[in-house]
Amino acid sequence: MITSAAVAIAEARIGRLGESVYSGRARTILERSYLAFRSSAWIVVLTGFLEPVLYLFSFGYGVGKLIGKMEVGPGHFVSYAAFIAPALLATSAMNGAIYDATWNVFFKMKFDRVYQGMLATSLGPLDVALGEISWALLRGMVYAIAFMSIVGGLGLITTPWALLAIPVAVLIAFGFASVGMAVTTYMKSFEQMNIINIVLLPMFLFSGSFYPLTIYPGWLQGFIKALPLWHGITLMRSVSLGLISAALLPHIVYFLAMIAIGLFFTTRRLTKLFMR
Amino acid sequence: MHKESLIQAKGLTKLYGDFAAVKGIDFSVHKGESFGFLGPNGAGKSTTMRIIAATLTRTSGEISILGKDPAERGPEIRAHLGVVPQQDNLDQALTVTDNLYIYGRYFGLSRKFIRAKIEELLDFAQLVEKRDVKVETLSGGMKRRLTIARALISEPEILMLDEPTTGLDPQARHILWDRLFRLKEQGVTLLITTHYMDEAEQLCDRLMVMDKGSIMAEDSPSGLIKKYSTKEVLEVRFGSDKNAEVSPQLSTLCERMEVLPDRILMYADDAELLLEEIRKKGLHPVTSLVRRSSLEDVFLRLTGRSLVE
Repeated sequence: MITSAAVAIAEARIGRLGESVYSGRARTILERSYLAFRSSAWIVVLTGFLEPVLYLFSFGYGVGKLIGKMEVGPGHFVSYAAFIAPALLATSAMNGAIYDATWNVFFKMKFDRVYQGMLATSLGPLDVALGEISWALLRGMVYAIAFMSIVGGLGLITTPWALLAIPVAVLIAFGFASVGMAVTTYMKSFEQMNIINIVLLPMFLFSGSFYPLTIYPGWLQGFIKALPLWHGITLMRSVSLGLISAALLPHIVYFLAMIAIGLFFTTRRLTKLFMR
Repeated sequence: MHKESLIQAKGLTKLYGDFAAVKGIDFSVHKGESFGFLGPNGAGKSTTMRIIAATLTRTSGEISILGKDPAERGPEIRAHLGVVPQQDNLDQALTVTDNLYIYGRYFGLSRKFIRAKIEELLDFAQLVEKRDVKVETLSGGMKRRLTIARALISEPEILMLDEPTTGLDPQARHILWDRLFRLKEQGVTLLITTHYMDEAEQLCDRLMVMDKGSIMAEDSPSGLIKKYSTKEVLEVRFGSDKNAEVSPQLSTLCERMEVLPDRILMYADDAELLLEEIRKKGLHPVTSLVRRSSLEDVFLRLTGRSLVE
């Protein structure tokens, strides 16, 4: 029997780990996103990026005038704008990732039936999950780089360690994209989707973005320290200000766990929804 | 004659809780044939198709596709198949060409291979002029042809079509049938579900009549008609109230009879002769129609109800 190229490619993966859920072609999902993006509305992408920039100007330079310097370590003072810039950068990475991994995924899942089409091929659900999450991550990264260049242009970067802000932004975006897509696969309606926004806004406002957590009573500090954005902001602020230490490791582990858990549930859910 | 069997199922069952969508069916599909699942909505056709396509796992029973078990070898089996689902799932965000291109990429095919294949498929699907158009602007018939072209990008041995012409106008249906004939001539094995008997008669070499998750009969379209119906059918109408009233007088005249609310179907090998006999009895139907037996009659005989409700 003559074997087609598609079959030969699929058969070449026999015996690999996870062969029934992963074909090693998540990049083709990225390619699809790029093709779709070429003809999409750029303005939507721009809006998501603008939000933290506007916060930086209004709070950093407006409210910052009234506040003066912030103490970030013993005898280490920075301007209020430099204090909030890393928090806004972390939020920017989160927003970029979340937009794609939640609303865009929801539409593809519910209305365009894009995933059914993908999963009728020799792709597996993990390819789809990884591909979609990677695209969301890229958007988060692009937002972060654009925001960094503005922050740098304003003279708010004072240490070469701040370059680490880019990989940190990728880590934050990956974590949020992964969990965001996993949560979205459980959503049934627009009303439920709005819950995501309701959670994100207060998390942004209260996770130590604009002032240190020490302002809160102890029990509230504990609660906020359990939320992902606080870890993201703390990590981002530390590297941006050059405060590198082993104390940053738990934050990194927190995001690695988010990535793993998100990928696991997304794959499981896609399998359940479209393959059984 | 030796027939290579591509798909074999034994006791195939799918349960959703207490509800059995497919109840222990046996069938096999041979290489190069056009095999049809005929039955009303909810008969279990689509469920069976999805199990074959490795996008639904069976509850019990055996099934092998080219010797492979879909529950274990999902991606591999899907590489053998081209799937045309009941509801179009073309990528709305992409153009016609990009839909074909990216689908080939999903299978891992090289860009060069796909580029060449796209030209061939655009021509086959009669969509050359629409190549750079976004799919949302295509007509229903064009979308269906594009979905078929997309399913062919990986050069599958088996093309699966779930209700391929539902919702299309008559002209679009005929274009589609013509395309499917060509594929069959090229040796592609076709698996078709339909609830249109004309489509089943036109396209299928062999048919499996399904109802409520079970197989009622299996044969060629003409074989089914021969086995379960007479050569001809006489349809008579006496008016809604009178049909039931005159039916006892008619029942002795023919082999078999179905009294429907609006008309009486009488099965005979010579329907003209039967009509004469009815008139001799002094009965005069308001309207009468002599026609050949169809799969609709087979279905009515097997299940006691019409195919399209």
